Amino acid sequence: MVIFIVFVFVLSFLILWSGRAIPSKFYKLFTILPLALFFYFLYYLFELQSRGDLLLIHKWIPLLGIDLNFKLDGLSLLFSLLISGIGALIYFYASEYLKHSPYINRFFCYLGMFMGSMLGMVLSDNLITIFVFWELTSLSSFFLIGFNNEEEESRISANRAFLVTGLGGFFLLAGFMLLANVTGTYSIHEMLNSAAFIQEHNYFVLILIFIFLGAFTKSAQFPFHFWLPSAMAAPTPVSAYLHSATMVKAGIYILARFWPILHDGLYWNQMLMWVGGITMIYGAVHSIFRVDLKSILAYTTISALGIIVFLLGIGTELAVYAAVTFILIHALYKAALFLTAGIIQHAVHIRDIRKIAGLWKFMPVVAIAALVAALSGAGIPLTFGFIGKDLIYETTLQLPKWALLLTALALVTNVLVGAAGFLAGVKPFLGKLPEYEKPVEVPNFILWLPLVILSFLSILFGVLPGIADKNILKYAFQAVYQGETEIYLKLWHGFNQVFVLSLITIGFAILLFVFNRYYRDLLRNIEQLEFLSPQNIIETSALGVKRFAFFYTRLMHNGYLRNYVLVIIVFITCLVGYRFFTSIPFALEMKNISMFNFYELTLFLLMVTAIGFTLRTNSKLIAVASLGVIGFAMCLIFVLYGAPDLAMTQFSIDILTVVLFVLVLYKLPHFLTIKNKKVIGRDVLVSVCFGGLIMLIAMESLLFPADKTLSRFYAENAYVLAKGKNVVNVILVDFRGFDTMIESIVLTIAALGVYGLLKYKAVNEEAD
Amino acid sequence: MKKQTKKDKRQNQTFKEFDLIILRTATNYLIPLLLMASIFVMLRGHNLSGGGFVGGLIASIAFVLHSFAHSTRRTLMLFRTSPKFLIPIGLSISFLSAFLPVLKGKPFFTGLWSSEPVAVIGSIGTALFFDLGVYLVVIGVTLTILLSIKENV
Repeated sequence: MVIFIVFVFVLSFLILWSGRAIPSKFYKLFTILPLALFFYFLYYLFELQSRGDLLLIHKWIPLLGIDLNFKLDGLSLLFSLLISGIGALIYFYASEYLKHSPYINRFFCYLGMFMGSMLGMVLSDNLITIFVFWELTSLSSFFLIGFNNEEEESRISANRAFLVTGLGGFFLLAGFMLLANVTGTYSIHEMLNSAAFIQEHNYFVLILIFIFLGAFTKSAQFPFHFWLPSAMAAPTPVSAYLHSATMVKAGIYILARFWPILHDGLYWNQMLMWVGGITMIYGAVHSIFRVDLKSILAYTTISALGIIVFLLGIGTELAVYAAVTFILIHALYKAALFLTAGIIQHAVHIRDIRKIAGLWKFMPVVAIAALVAALSGAGIPLTFGFIGKDLIYETTLQLPKWALLLTALALVTNVLVGAAGFLAGVKPFLGKLPEYEKPVEVPNFILWLPLVILSFLSILFGVLPGIADKNILKYAFQAVYQGETEIYLKLWHGFNQVFVLSLITIGFAILLFVFNRYYRDLLRNIEQLEFLSPQNIIETSALGVKRFAFFYTRLMHNGYLRNYVLVIIVFITCLVGYRFFTSIPFALEMKNISMFNFYELTLFLLMVTAIGFTLRTNSKLIAVASLGVIGFAMCLIFVLYGAPDLAMTQFSIDILTVVLFVLVLYKLPHFLTIKNKKVIGRDVLVSVCFGGLIMLIAMESLLFPADKTLSRFYAENAYVLAKGKNVVNVILVDFRGFDTMIESIVLTIAALGVYGLLKYKAVNEEAD
Repeated sequence: MKKQTKKDKRQNQTFKEFDLIILRTATNYLIPLLLMASIFVMLRGHNLSGGGFVGGLIASIAFVLHSFAHSTRRTLMLFRTSPKFLIPIGLSISFLSAFLPVLKGKPFFTGLWSSEPVAVIGSIGTALFFDLGVYLVVIGVTLTILLSIKENV
């Protein structure tokens, strides 16, 4: 399993690095990759049915409890199949849609990265790996949304999506850390047993809030929904992929995954029902007032996500079943509608539904497939959506209290979403063809085939729900609910309340659709309330943070090196001094201090002389040279006290530092000779305090016997465990190799920073 | 002040054109020696003093010396593209050497060692490749910083 996921990433980067070496027309062959994954997961589905849940264990960093464990249960397989299956269709579709894009290789790299990280996330059993893959999805979706990076709108919306989901990522990490702290494990399947313990714990509500914030930002729940509509600046295949089955479902996945652990019957339910309920109504109301094709779909997506969150919040057996079913239903019809939107935009180059009509003649197949998708969205009988709608009404009607209100809420949402689905999936094909500037481009089969497959599945599962139910949904339900169920999906429930409600929904949805032109401009009237919108409030506060950061940076980084050094040294002196004088009994013992050897004395005198030169001179070159002398004297100290590795490193660093100084010598400002007595006094005071403190600490440390366990461990095990005789180097490359790796990343960042700053300046100078 | 700087620069240039013969000649012999020394230091690091970090620094000193004796442009021409490409390469080598054990079913960063020692180098393990990655990163970072400062001054 690890190998497959790593392979997805490796292949993605290979595509990126291939540049334009692969002609556009061969990109459709890459569909084989997600398709192969799809069949691979299908194979596991049969394994699951015959043998039950599987746990694939790979140790990654066992000392920290971080493992690459993959858990294959119904829920993760449902998501994996959606991600790889719809992924295959999107790969295929995008190869045609972006045929003329010069950056198609980048696109496929981002898409592959995204798919790999989504798969990694839904398959992981370890909190840390889930988080890592979660952040990778944010990162790769940033690239995907900002794919048209030459348009400002694209860049802004990519930033917006990244910041909102990234913010949620922080909270998610905090929640995970708390959870791991409480349970003592990072593994989700081990946590299942301690669900009651977690729910009793003091931190429980905090954990819930943090994990919810993570899930809500990713799944575009109110008030964090605003990144989703603006993410429509992405190319349509991206929208179809991210907003039907993957990115926005990641939050849903987290909620479903933690349902058995965190579902406590009170906080969980109320928070999710409130947020989900508000989101589903909010998204639904907004959707029918939109005129942009993708915008309509974006708001219906928000609404559908709200429905799923709401259902998970209700938390009865039926509600969970409905939620799991609705995940599949929504993925199928929403992806189809997005693909339709893409085809229409490809054909007529506009997305305003007021100006699109009569495309039926040019693309009858697309029209029929889109109609099916829209019908499924509205819940017309014989489509999969109908079954979902039934389940939702059944759930709300069965609630002990508030049943009528919640049913009404669901009814309104469904009516509005159904109407919006018709607007996006039916309206563009009806009516008389307006006159377009360019002739309508007829889509070829690569564009419409994925759409037809999705719509066919919507019908197939609608007529024979048992196929989806028995093969996958049942297992997904078990993974969430942790128990068997009597519920199964059926086509016909008989004439009951639920059926009547469905009829009402369909009737009103059609009415709203027919009279669309009379009300769709109404929303303009309330645009003056824009300053109250969550987007505005959150973005204004974000700007405030930015301003504060700017002010703070100006204050602390004022460009004078001497001030930086002063601040750092004063701070360290205060902090260490406080700790030193308050917590350690003060005693000085002179007998441990040995006499100077003659070479030590020589070095000491050398350093003092060099320091004197540095302080007295008024030439930059002499100052640099004498600083170099101090550095070399330091190396000699290391050599004398048996640290040759340190001495070597210090030696080379010193050479390079002197070189650096010499390079910039002529650019340095005028050599500053400070005459002000007060400044000199302050500097003397600070340096005497600092030096005195270090001396005291050094002498004090002689009193305490040093703890040798660690150094003894390294000395004894360096050769046994790591086959190296140089303990220092073995620590660097083996025992604490992780630190070294992260340090080399830090070095890289520093180099990129210097390079960027200098290049930026050079470019600016050229521009002048 | 400005005038003075200009004058300094002019002096610098004449200085470079005529009086660097000794430095250049010495450099021609020193650079191969320094580079070999850096690789030697890196390889012996596991058992004796040395290691990728020091090795990388020594190698960078060799290139810095070259850039002083000739010019930054000519030093950059020694690399096909630019020293900053050594950074991602080095990081990837480090990461892969740490990741290799995972593919063999062992924890991340487990040291893997060849059973047979190789001539000159001794036994080969993932730690050696890790150190090689550090070596390359250090060269890349140092040269990127120093040479871009040198170019811009």
